[in-house]
Amino acid sequence: MNLNEEVELLKGVPILSKIEPAKLKLLAFTSERVNYAEGQELCHQGDPGDAMYVILGGVADVLIDTPTGQIRVAEMKKNDFLGEIAILCDVPRTATIKAREPLNTLKISKDTFYRMVGEFPQMAIEIMRELAHRVEDTNKKLREATATKAA
Amino acid sequence: MQRNLFTYIWRYSRPEQVLILGLVVLAQVFYFLSLTVPKDIVNNGIQGNAFKNHQTIPFLVWELDLSAILPGKVLRIFDGFQVDQLGYLVTMSFVFLGAVIINSQFKKTINTQKGRMGERMLRRLRYELYDRILRFPPAHFRKVKQAELATMIKDEVEPLGGFIGDAFVQPMFLGGQALTAIIFIMLQNWLLGIIVVALLGVQMVIIPRLRRPVLILGRERQITARQLAGRIAETADGVHEIHIHGAANYERADIADRLGKIYKIRFDLYQKKFVAKFWNNILSQATPFAIYLVGGYFAITGHMNVGAVVGVLLAYKDLPGPIKELIDWDQQRQDVQIKYEQVIDQFQPEGMMPQELQALPEGPPPPLGKELALAGVTVSEDGRVKQLDGVSMVLPTDTKMAVIGGSSSGKEVLGQVLARLTLPSSGSIKLDGNDFFQLPEYVLGARTAYVGQETYLFPQSVRDNLLFGLKIRPIAPANYDEALKAEREAFWEESVRAGNPPFDPHADWIDYELAGASGPADLLPRIVEVLKQVELDEDIYGLGLRGSIDAALRPDLAERFLKARHELHGRLKDPSYAGLIETFNADAYNRNLSVAENILFGTPLGKELSGDSIAFDPYMQSVLKATGIELDLQRMGLTIAETMVELFSGLSPDNPLFEQYSFISADELPNVRLLLQRLGGKGIDAVPEADRPRLMTLPFRYIEARHRLGLVDAAMEERLLTARHAFAQGLPAPLRGAVEFYDFERYNSAATLQDNILFGRLVYGQAQGEQRIGTLISDVLNGLGLRNSVVEVGLDYNVGVGGKRLTASQRQKLGIARALIKRPQFLIVNEAVASFDGRTQDRIRDNILTAARKDGRGVVWIANRPSQAEPFEQIVVMQGGRVVAHGAPSELAAKGGLYAELMAAA
Repeated sequence: MNLNEEVELLKGVPILSKIEPAKLKLLAFTSERVNYAEGQELCHQGDPGDAMYVILGGVADVLIDTPTGQIRVAEMKKNDFLGEIAILCDVPRTATIKAREPLNTLKISKDTFYRMVGEFPQMAIEIMRELAHRVEDTNKKLREATATKAA
Repeated sequence: MQRNLFTYIWRYSRPEQVLILGLVVLAQVFYFLSLTVPKDIVNNGIQGNAFKNHQTIPFLVWELDLSAILPGKVLRIFDGFQVDQLGYLVTMSFVFLGAVIINSQFKKTINTQKGRMGERMLRRLRYELYDRILRFPPAHFRKVKQAELATMIKDEVEPLGGFIGDAFVQPMFLGGQALTAIIFIMLQNWLLGIIVVALLGVQMVIIPRLRRPVLILGRERQITARQLAGRIAETADGVHEIHIHGAANYERADIADRLGKIYKIRFDLYQKKFVAKFWNNILSQATPFAIYLVGGYFAITGHMNVGAVVGVLLAYKDLPGPIKELIDWDQQRQDVQIKYEQVIDQFQPEGMMPQELQALPEGPPPPLGKELALAGVTVSEDGRVKQLDGVSMVLPTDTKMAVIGGSSSGKEVLGQVLARLTLPSSGSIKLDGNDFFQLPEYVLGARTAYVGQETYLFPQSVRDNLLFGLKIRPIAPANYDEALKAEREAFWEESVRAGNPPFDPHADWIDYELAGASGPADLLPRIVEVLKQVELDEDIYGLGLRGSIDAALRPDLAERFLKARHELHGRLKDPSYAGLIETFNADAYNRNLSVAENILFGTPLGKELSGDSIAFDPYMQSVLKATGIELDLQRMGLTIAETMVELFSGLSPDNPLFEQYSFISADELPNVRLLLQRLGGKGIDAVPEADRPRLMTLPFRYIEARHRLGLVDAAMEERLLTARHAFAQGLPAPLRGAVEFYDFERYNSAATLQDNILFGRLVYGQAQGEQRIGTLISDVLNGLGLRNSVVEVGLDYNVGVGGKRLTASQRQKLGIARALIKRPQFLIVNEAVASFDGRTQDRIRDNILTAARKDGRGVVWIANRPSQAEPFEQIVVMQGGRVVAHGAPSELAAKGGLYAELMAAA
């Protein structure tokens, strides 16, 4: 997969979808392609986060530690975006991500990400918009949940 | 040191000075001869005065005039030869020539002797000053700037060397010459003589007076220049602060101001100098004026013959020279005296260590002693604030004691005092009843060790730094062959003559016994052990993997690493390592190497084929042309240039992304963009010839697996392989030394150990690939027993100025290792682990304690966290410079108080 194909994939990632292709191309060029074998961890819950990932191919499990052991809470596949929370707000990784099958990712380091955002404020706005949508989405779910609970 | 430069010179060079003086006196005889002979030549040889009555006169008559003892008695030993006028003229002319030659010979010998003496004295002086630096009280270094010390020893005493040779000889020689000339003039005509002397007297009084301001300015110049050197060093030391705070222009202001002052001093100096010179010239021309006038008058009136006047003039011709030089000498004397005082004043601080304490030990150092007794030890820099206040305690040298307290409790100062780094202002420390401060330094150096919060490393290898503490005396002389040995002997003889010690830095100074080894052979395991204790072994191993060995010098080692390569490649066949390494294969394109590396297929050795210069190498260009891929590569360069312009155009030029990722630097980008605009998509054929080589550097840096621009397809790979083979086959002789080709069966001395073992490139983008391969390499090396050899290579790593090529914690660990390797009987760790993380701190502490317990050695641990004190047998609690509690942990815990508070807070 070469750079142009990676850019096509990045366009499909929600929080990057509004960013102009030239910038996405720079983002892809300055990011590293990392392949994981089955069973390898992309990140571990509780570790400090230094990068976010876009899955270019394969499937990964999202695992959360509980008193009774790790449980699988979700899975991630092509076009999914992960790890952004840890690098945006400097909190430790909130989950462990483990490759379920050979996984192909684009690893965007925290430094590169911040440099890009610093350089192109438009990118920050697009990301803000996307995050706001997510908050709104969560709020909506919360409202619905409280409504159901109240009912 | 003597404050008077003359006393100093006389004291150390008396015999040489006397010898030279003797030569000078002897030289005067021939000098006088060269003056009197011309007179005889003119009067007798040319004018024929002595031949008026005889055809011939006796020549070379040798008489002993005894008329003083026996009146009228003249003992004639030799009657001489009879010569006629022409013969006389010829003979006397040759006598004159002979006198001149002998005169010159003397001059040469005297100057050589003087030069040698001067250089010797300079060497002595420099050595003595340096020796003093080593004996300065530690506190003095807070006041002096290192660069100023260096300037003083290097530059400021330099003119002294030139002067020392002349200190006594010059005035004697010149004075003798002047005196001879004056006596000669006096003999011809006393009146003329008196006039000359009077005029000279005036010169000698006035000129020095004119020159006095010059001297004062000279002193100022010396001090300002020294300070400038100090400031420049400060700039280098504090360069990060300057950048961080954006204070570069403030620094510029300061330097410009200083340079302005120096300029003014120097210019004033010029002006004053030329005023002095002007008067000097006028005055020195006053004497010939008098000789012409008065001498001419005497000659005309017949009081003197013309030959005598010519003789006087000839004698005078030689007079202003010596006189002028004498005056110069006097000025130089004052100048160097001032310089000398200026320098030595800086080198005699209060409280210098007596020389005896640093004497070279005869044999192995004795043990330290059993017990240190501190009585009322107080440390106070200004007499008011007491950092230590009346500390008294008895300290067995094999104690395991921790000192805890707040940040200004004085615990740190206590540690420094125990290492003699800080001297108490009152109180005493006794070691088994003897003054601790009179203990020779070598005993202290061999038997105690101290590590503070900061470690200074010398810009040498890790090994040199680690073993630094073992180099207390030469253990075994260096091995020299006969010729070299004689040369060294002569060298040391000369050293002794100049008051330098005949120590040999090439001797083996490493005290293996101190390190617990019996010789060079079994030192390495001890080094590894100590590195493990401070958890530095992994780091040094890592440095070793990145280091290299010369297969010509260590064929055995190269052979074994080659075996590791084979072993590793055997293990790589395991499917779990599949896709992690792309092996170097002469017949396959390596997608994890750059295009340049693929064509070269080897490690560049010189400049010719390294970096970007490979694209400009004529041979490389000819190969590309011959294989017909030149145009393809240029086309590729154009594509890369277009991509870079597209990607990086909007980025600000100082964005680090440029440096990390762009093929084209931020400065070049606008030019490249312009070029592309001019082309307007016309393709490679439209690119001007001049821009093409530059374009070639772009594809050369391109790594398909990393950059992913899809530029090297299967067909291109094939053509690049053709170029690779063509390059290797036709390599011309001059370039043979510039590349070491990859060859599975050969150790590559130009590459690192790791690259040699790996013989391939890590594939980009394999998660944890590097760690897994690292572990595999480590396994392989362990299996072959090669791990210590790698550490040995790592020990050769140069740590850089101040150890800056290591990280701060590596530096600190190396500092601790340096203290541990000599197995000190008494170790002081003064918050030395504070920069490590908590768990590392505790682990290193435990390692140190375990080793000390095993050998019954003492440790004083100044704790940066009170909780560190827990495993120690004795704990001292300090507050405000005083010991507030002292005892076993259990006793202190029972008492409560500050101990309990500190422990609870920890």
